[in-house]
Amino acid sequence: MIVANELVKDYGELRAVDEVSFEIRQGECVGLLGLNGAGKTTLLRILSCLLTPTSGSVSVYGADVIRESEAVRGKIGFLPEEPPLYGEMTVGKYLEFAARLRGVPRTDVGGRVQDAARRCRVTEVIDQRIETLSYGYKKRVGIAQAVVHRPPLLILDEPIAGLDPAQIVDMRDLVRGFRGEHTVVLSSHILTEISQTCDRILVMQKGRVVASGSEEELSVGQGKGRRVSVRVRGKKEQVEDALKGVEGVKSWELSETNGTIRALITSEKDRRAEISRVLVRAGLDLIEIARPEGELESVFLKLTGDGRKEP
Amino acid sequence: MRSVWLIARRELVATLRSPLGFIVTALVLAIVGLLFNLRALGGGEKYSADVLAQFFYDLSGFVIVASILVSMRLIAEERQNGTIVLLLTSPVRDHQIVLGKFLGALGFMALLILITIYMPLLVMVHGKISWGHVFAGYLGNLLLASGALAVGTFGSSLARSQIVAVFVSAFLVAAMVMMWLMGRVADAPLDDIFANLALHNIHFSPFRAGKVHLRDIAYYLSVTGFFLFAATRMLEARRWR
Repeated sequence: MIVANELVKDYGELRAVDEVSFEIRQGECVGLLGLNGAGKTTLLRILSCLLTPTSGSVSVYGADVIRESEAVRGKIGFLPEEPPLYGEMTVGKYLEFAARLRGVPRTDVGGRVQDAARRCRVTEVIDQRIETLSYGYKKRVGIAQAVVHRPPLLILDEPIAGLDPAQIVDMRDLVRGFRGEHTVVLSSHILTEISQTCDRILVMQKGRVVASGSEEELSVGQGKGRRVSVRVRGKKEQVEDALKGVEGVKSWELSETNGTIRALITSEKDRRAEISRVLVRAGLDLIEIARPEGELESVFLKLTGDGRKEP
Repeated sequence: MRSVWLIARRELVATLRSPLGFIVTALVLAIVGLLFNLRALGGGEKYSADVLAQFFYDLSGFVIVASILVSMRLIAEERQNGTIVLLLTSPVRDHQIVLGKFLGALGFMALLILITIYMPLLVMVHGKISWGHVFAGYLGNLLLASGALAVGTFGSSLARSQIVAVFVSAFLVAAMVMMWLMGRVADAPLDDIFANLALHNIHFSPFRAGKVHLRDIAYYLSVTGFFLFAATRMLEARRWR
């Protein structure tokens, strides 16, 4: 469990992290979301003991990052935005070095390296020099070094930065695979990435955590309620009549495109099951039911709206 | 201690494989070899001990320059490439990182110095030398390398750029070598203090003559310890920035 209390980090006059407090539970996958300069990287660097906070405290599995820094470092695996790789080493030798540096006993090193290489899908390049690898492979080797000693906490700073779309999908699968086994904290300014990978989002703006929760909770917190987008084939009146009968549905907007009706429905609680049931019962062809596109984007922009107006 | 050896071994292998390692080794061996040929064979008959003393003296100059060049990358390159993150986020103490890096570089310098052993052996074939003299000369050069490398490690901890690091280290080492000049112009008791702080003159001369004094060993070990301590503090200070 990670507990941060009124964490502050100043760089001279600039306050990069401003009285941040949060808790992250064992096995959770938490995403730090924020615009560039919001303080995400500084926060991750404090968690990984690369930086000492100006004030406040953070404990990682009971160990304080300032007073028991060495103990904390034994519990974490960290991937910075640029993977820390020695180009002249082969992937295998590098992972072996990283494992031994993190205290893995010599007898276990071989197995751990093979395991990390397999999980991060770098087995085929294990004897290749790192400097000859593509950027996507380098990122994966970077993740492999972070997990090779099986740390309980995995900290990933912008894990998909610089990757092409195929590599992003690969990386997403990889990170998802760590959920449960490791507590994962990752940062990104790419909304879809965070929403698809993480259980919970901490939205940062100007060094502060301005909101925390799942995508849905954030939407509710912003007065949007729980929104669901439905596409059906039928008549508008039929849709309206059907929706009137669903308890908890507050409002809806209907639009017609290409012979189908799109309904953007706002409800107090998650009513997707009931909505789909009444629409089908009303004789409508239910084509699609999903969260509205751009939902997180609009929540995010609302939360960080002030930040965007800054020069 | 395991972490120290781990870092030292990686550092040694990286230096041996780097173009800098090849170039430094090749240049030192070529120039010291030429100088040895010139000193040993030119200018009539000489005592073997004198040839040997001159060889150790010549070697010492290149040991200082090579140490500065080898040490410039120790921490600055890691920071430049971002690989320092791997070390700083591992359960390893800052002094272990500095010590490991230093020992790796010292290992390289020890190999470089020992490769020149064929020159004293050539003197032995054609003359008469004492093994004690050879041991003292090499010990002196190794201690000198240790001091210069420690200064270089400190210089490397100050800057992100290796170029800046090499200039800072060269300036510090030059200032420490020049202390003997300050000792000549300063009044008592400063003259003695400056002369005894000099990196090369007073403390290296006995080694080249085949003498080993505890005070000279203590001096080089103190310089090494002081600058490695300073480099460690610099590394620690970076966590606060």
